[in-house]
Amino acid sequence: KSFYDCELTFLTKQEILLAHKRFTELVAKEDRNDPSPRVPMSKILTLPELKSNPFRKRICHVFSTSESKDGSLTFEDFLDLLSAFSDSATLEIKSHYAFRIFDFDDDGTLDRGDLEKLVNCLTGETDDTRLTPEEMKQLINNILEESDIDKDGTVNLSEFQHVISRSPDFVSSFKIVL
Amino acid sequence: MLTLFYHRKHLQWGHERQNWTMEQWKKVAWSDESHFLLDHVDDWVCVCHLPAEEMAAGCTMGRRQAGRGSVMLWAMFCWETLGPGIYVDVTLTHTTYLKIAADHVHPFMCTVCKNSSCLGVSGSLIPADAESFRCFRESQEFVEKYEGALGKGKGRKLYAYKVMMMKKWMKFQRDFENFRTACIPWEMKIKEIESHFGSSVASYFIFLRWMYGMNMILFGLTFGLVMVPEALMGRPYGSMPRKTVPRSEQAGAMDFAVLWDFGGYAQYSVLFYGYYNNQRAIGWLKFRMPLSYFLVGVGTVAYSYMVVIRTMARNANRDGGGDDTSFNFSWKMFTSWDYLIGNPETADNKFASITTSFKESIVEEQESHKDENIHLTRFLRVLANFLVLCCLAGSGYLIYFVVRRSQKFALEGLENYGWWERNEVNMVMSLLGMFCPMLFDVISSLENYHPRIALQWQLGRIFALFLGNLYTFIIALMDEINLKRREEEVVKYNMTVWQASLYNGTVDDNSTTSTIPVDPADVPRGPCWETMVGQEFVRLIVSDTMTTYITLLIGDFLRAVFVRFFNYCWCWDLEYGFPSYSEFDVSGNVLGLIFNQGMIWMGAFYAPCLPALNVLRLHVSMYLQCWAVMCCNVPQERVFKASGSNNFYMAMLLVILFLSTLPAIYTIVSIPPSFDCGPFSGKKRMYDVIQETLENDFPLWFGKVFSYASNPGLVLPFILVMILAIYYLQSTSKTYKAANMDLKKKLQTQNEENKKKNKRAALKAEAELEEARNAVMDGERNYIHPNGQLLSRIPPPCGSADRPPAPRGSEMAGYLPGNPRQPGPRRQRSTNSHRY
Repeated sequence: KSFYDCELTFLTKQEILLAHKRFTELVAKEDRNDPSPRVPMSKILTLPELKSNPFRKRICHVFSTSESKDGSLTFEDFLDLLSAFSDSATLEIKSHYAFRIFDFDDDGTLDRGDLEKLVNCLTGETDDTRLTPEEMKQLINNILEESDIDKDGTVNLSEFQHVISRSPDFVSSFKIVL
Repeated sequence: MLTLFYHRKHLQWGHERQNWTMEQWKKVAWSDESHFLLDHVDDWVCVCHLPAEEMAAGCTMGRRQAGRGSVMLWAMFCWETLGPGIYVDVTLTHTTYLKIAADHVHPFMCTVCKNSSCLGVSGSLIPADAESFRCFRESQEFVEKYEGALGKGKGRKLYAYKVMMMKKWMKFQRDFENFRTACIPWEMKIKEIESHFGSSVASYFIFLRWMYGMNMILFGLTFGLVMVPEALMGRPYGSMPRKTVPRSEQAGAMDFAVLWDFGGYAQYSVLFYGYYNNQRAIGWLKFRMPLSYFLVGVGTVAYSYMVVIRTMARNANRDGGGDDTSFNFSWKMFTSWDYLIGNPETADNKFASITTSFKESIVEEQESHKDENIHLTRFLRVLANFLVLCCLAGSGYLIYFVVRRSQKFALEGLENYGWWERNEVNMVMSLLGMFCPMLFDVISSLENYHPRIALQWQLGRIFALFLGNLYTFIIALMDEINLKRREEEVVKYNMTVWQASLYNGTVDDNSTTSTIPVDPADVPRGPCWETMVGQEFVRLIVSDTMTTYITLLIGDFLRAVFVRFFNYCWCWDLEYGFPSYSEFDVSGNVLGLIFNQGMIWMGAFYAPCLPALNVLRLHVSMYLQCWAVMCCNVPQERVFKASGSNNFYMAMLLVILFLSTLPAIYTIVSIPPSFDCGPFSGKKRMYDVIQETLENDFPLWFGKVFSYASNPGLVLPFILVMILAIYYLQSTSKTYKAANMDLKKKLQTQNEENKKKNKRAALKAEAELEEARNAVMDGERNYIHPNGQLLSRIPPPCGSADRPPAPRGSEMAGYLPGNPRQPGPRRQRSTNSHRY
């Protein structure tokens, strides 16, 4: 395939400049002179766009390129994040990243443990909004019944994309704008 | 970003080749361009440097390409020989560079290097690989296409302009959508309610908001085209008998009690039918008041029909077509979080709503699997229906009895009786409307239906109740109309006597004009049955509203206060036992809303103030009920989705619309208007105003055409054709539905087949992998189990590492640059070579 089979970024010039401005605000003072500073995850999570998101930690882990897997982001990682979540990103890119975000144990498939953690993230932090274990089991059984085509107990990337491609509001809800 | 990209690419390329040997470098062809200034010297000084030297960063001003009165030469050479030198006579853009590369470099490389392992390196920044020369053609096309975007070439300005306009247009569209969504009233309130109480409670408020919108339009029509012209351009209060409070009533005309009852000054104002003058054209605009009144009356009904049917069609479209329900849970799981939420409170709301919707879906799923004890349930249901019928019959008889009593009171004269007797009918109807639904609710707990079906049954029963009440009320009203018309005859006769007494002469039946000035308040008046009808409706609406609000305050608010504060000193737990907090009664409220709207439609012709009153009522209701729901109600214990109910409400609204316009149409068509009040006074029938307009305001041929068109000989075939068209459309829609079902079934069987095929392929691939592994294992080592068996299988490890990729045709989705790939073995596919 040639060089141009994927776009580098879906952001416009304005958006990139704004992202740079917001990113440099997060950089610690001692790292300001560093040519490619790396911001720790705790600082990234103070951004208002990510603060209330139940998947914020997973997002940082997915887009982070640090070897120590601590979720810290360089500016390029940050741009990759914004590009994947931008308005003009394609369904494939978004569903690819959504899959990686939901894959809590990073094994390439969504198994029961991943789905359970996903549901717990979605139902909030407090105890009275959580589902009971029976409801959880029922829910996960239903999901696997719907999405797991080859019946191996896990949802892989293609099955996930197959489900997502039919959904009418995935693209509009999987969006972060600075 | 492009520069960054190439920067990375170059670094990578360089790293890969930093350990090359001399032999490898001998196979490289080197090229560059240089320009020679022929006729002038520019500011640029070109320098050469020895191989070991570097350009000092502070002294160089950068590199520059050719152009402007100079000659550009491009040449290349390799270890073995010199390559072609080419005179470039155009500006060296990306396009021309690639053209040169494609036209000259490739043939040169082919002649010099017999195999394909030569390499070309150029002075500018694009590394060329012998293998990808064919890519140059593609690149050339691409660059030509996007030359404008790259900032070079002729098309740049136009392209930039186009891009800018496109961006501005998209921004404008987005802003407009945002503005439009922001304009929708009460959106935040309803979202909050939805996230706490579920979609069925929210559907009531959405319905309320929709009704509010419709009533605003109706209000606009009646206010703008009927009330305002008469108030501004018609004759003022006191100038005519119909516009003046009669002498006998003037004493108490300003009392609050009388005004609350819509008598006195309220009666003789633009609010009611009787005030309007029957003058054909009023004011300097020559506004046709009677025509406008008639057309607005017809128009409100027509508009309502149109809006209701259009909303029903839209709902049917959305629910029926294209709604894939096969991924309910997965969609809820993967797509329900809105990543745009940045506010912690909104996030909490969203969490609550997601949890509610999960529980709703689980309940629905369970309901569809539940077993039932058929016979007991059936018996209970029959019993429940029997009880309900008894209730309905009882309430019907009660209303009939009360109406008869009120007629008796009316004959004896209302002044002798107190407030209760005068308002007995209204109060009884309101009270029945309040208590019977509660009774139906208790009875329906016997039936044990799915909550959505139980809601529909409840709605149906309350509907029957209200319908019975309403029609009894109308029958009572008809009796009163007849009474008033008989009175009118008497008054007409007395009128002539009174006029004769003014002249003190002989009675002349033919002349009706009087030259003696008489105060309008003293003229004897006809009973004006239209205003009476309008008043009755207005009083009914007001008493209904009052009952609703008082029930809300007492039943919900005081109850909640009582439970909350007396819980500390009460014997049993008030919050969990009786009475506990109330739940929001969706069905009762929806029906109340629908029936009020029905009464508005019925009475709007005789009391133009009704839509205005309704707008006010709905506005107050919205705020009051939103507050009450959030403050005093708890979410229902069993939550369910009210998805199908939207069209159910609309269907009921349509039925009510039809039933409520019937009495109005009957009165318009069959009863002659009063002789001395209203815009149609003096005509034989109200619809004569159309005839009059056609004769006077339109050219002659128009009247002729209209009279032909209204000929029964033409109208009957037309109705026949319409019936045939309806039948045809119905049968076509049936065939479409059948075709739809067929297609859906086909899709499902196809899906099943695909699943089976995939499963077979997966098993086969697994078996092959096992064989391959066994072959490897047998080749490498013989694994002898302690008891002598050759272990032929090692169970495959779990996880993704050994699962073959699911065959989806082409390769998997692309990865963004710079990100590591997923681990695991991959089948070697021929197209999987060039990533980076």
